[in-house]
Amino acid sequence: MKKLLPTLLAALCIAGTAQAQDAGTLKKIKETGQITLGYRETSIPFSYLNDKQQPIGYAVEICSHVVDAVKAELKMPALKVNMQPVTSSNRIPLLQNGTIDMECGSTTNSVERQKQVSFGPTYFRIQVSAAVKKTSGISTLAELNGKNISTTSGTTAVPLLKGYEKTKNVDVKEIYGKDHGESFLLLQDDRVVAFVMDDILLAGQIANARDPSLYKIIPESLRAEPYGPMIRKDDPSFKALVDKALTALYKSPEMEKIYAKWYTSPIPTATPGKTINLNFPMTPALKADLAAPNDKGV
Amino acid sequence: MDLKILLEQVPDGDGTWLMSLASGLKYTMIVAALAWIIAFVLGSILGVMRTTENKWAVRLGNAYVEIFRNVPLLVQFFVWFFVLPNLFVSTKHLVNSLDPLTYQLGASVLCLGTFTAARIAEQVRAGIQSLPRGQRDAGYAMGLSQAQTYRYILLPVAYRIIIPPMTSELMNLIKNTALGYSIGLVELFFRTREMGEMTFRYYEAFTAATVAYVVIAMIANRAMAVIEKRTAIPGFISGASAGGGH
Repeated sequence: MKKLLPTLLAALCIAGTAQAQDAGTLKKIKETGQITLGYRETSIPFSYLNDKQQPIGYAVEICSHVVDAVKAELKMPALKVNMQPVTSSNRIPLLQNGTIDMECGSTTNSVERQKQVSFGPTYFRIQVSAAVKKTSGISTLAELNGKNISTTSGTTAVPLLKGYEKTKNVDVKEIYGKDHGESFLLLQDDRVVAFVMDDILLAGQIANARDPSLYKIIPESLRAEPYGPMIRKDDPSFKALVDKALTALYKSPEMEKIYAKWYTSPIPTATPGKTINLNFPMTPALKADLAAPNDKGV
Repeated sequence: MDLKILLEQVPDGDGTWLMSLASGLKYTMIVAALAWIIAFVLGSILGVMRTTENKWAVRLGNAYVEIFRNVPLLVQFFVWFFVLPNLFVSTKHLVNSLDPLTYQLGASVLCLGTFTAARIAEQVRAGIQSLPRGQRDAGYAMGLSQAQTYRYILLPVAYRIIIPPMTSELMNLIKNTALGYSIGLVELFFRTREMGEMTFRYYEAFTAATVAYVVIAMIANRAMAVIEKRTAIPGFISGASAGGGH
C-alpha cells in the first residue's frame, strides 16, 4: 500500500504530460476509433448529396485522401468515417466543439476565419459574382442598382456585397436564403434579379436548374477566393499530416483526373438518373495553386 | 467573453453591433405584436366555433386546428414565403412589387398569427368546455340566444380561466419569431447569427440575444399577470391565488 500512492501520482503525472503533447485531432481519432468529416448538402460539385443521400463531390474525394493518410499514420485500417452535414452558419462552431474533425466543402480561406480555424492547402479558387436571367439584360454588377438580389446568409458574399455598395454607391436590396438552393429559388421565381455568390456554386445551381439555358453568370467579380479543407486551429500534428497528404496528391497526375471527373464531365445529382456537366475548365489561378500548394487566405 | 465587441462598428454597415441587435429586436417585437392580434382574434373565433352547436362550425374549427398544429412551423414559414406567392400570377406580381422586407414581415406575421391562432383556439375551447354545462342551459332558460349566452355568460368566465395558458402562448409566440430568420427576416435571431458569422464572437452575440429574449418574455409574463389580477373575480380559480382576502 505504501508504494501505491507514489506510483499513482507518477502515473498521473505521466498521463498529464502525455496528454499535453498528444492533444489534438489525431489523438482524438486514435482514442475514439473514428473520424468525422463535415460535408455540405447542396454545394455542387464540392460536397453534396447524391440520389442515395450519400455525400459526394470534389472536396469529399480530396478529403478521402486525407482519411487514407490518417489510417496509414495511426495504423488503423478499420478507422470508422462518419459524415456530418454542416451549413455555412454552423461549420465553424461544429469544428471548434469537436463535432467534426475536418470540413470538406466550399469554405473560403479568409484571414478573418484564420483567427478561428486553420486551413489545409487550397483546392479551388473561385470568383464572387452574380447569376442573372439572360432575359434581364443585366451584364454588369453596377446595373443591379435599385434591384432586389438574393444571397446566402453566413457567406463571405454578404460583407463583400455591402462593401461594394458603399464604395460604388450602388444600392441593392438583399433577400437572404438559408442555403444556396433557397437563394437560387428566389432567382428562378423572379423574386430577385440576381443571386450573388461564388461563381462555381452558381454554375452548380444553374446546371441543376429546370432550364439551365435561361441563366448566365456576370463576367465581373467582387473578389477571388481560395477554398480549402477546414481543420481546427493550433493542431500542428494534424495540420502537418493534411498538408503532406494533399501536397502529394496535388502534384500527382491523379489530381487532373479528379478535377476532370467533377468539373468537365457529367456528375450525378440528387435526382436519380439525372447528371449535369458544369463545363468549368481549370483556371490558370487554380493551376498555379495546385503546382505550388499553399494555404494563404484572402 | 468580452462584451466590448457590442460597441464595435459593423464592418461596411452603419452603427455598432449593439444597434444592429437592437434593430433586430425591433422587428421581433413588431412581428410578435401584430401576430398576437391576429392570433387572439382568429383563435377566439375558432375556439368558440368548436364549442357551438353547429356541426359544420365545429368541423371547420377542428380541421383548422389540426392542420396548423400538425405542420411544423418551419415548413409553414417556407410555404408562406416561397410557395404562396407562386400560386397565381397576380400574387407573384404583388409580392414582387413590394419591398422584400415588407413581404418578409407580412409573411412572418401571417404565419405566426395563423399558427398561434390554432393553439389559442384550443385554449379557448378548453376554457369554455371547463364550465359546467348548466351555465349554458341557464342562459338558454333565461331566454338568451346562443350568441348572448356566449357574450354574457360563458366567455367572460372562460377568458379569465385561460389567462395562464394564454401567457405561455404569448411567450411562445415571442420566441417563435426567431424562425423568421429562415425567410431572411432581419429579426433578433438573424442579427445574432449575422454577428456570430461575421465576428465569430458567438458567445457574446448569443448572450446578448438571450438576455433580450428573457427580458421581453418576462415583460409579457408580468403584463399578463397584471391583467389576470385586475380582471379576477373573487372566488373563481384564476382569482383565488392572486386576490386573497381583501
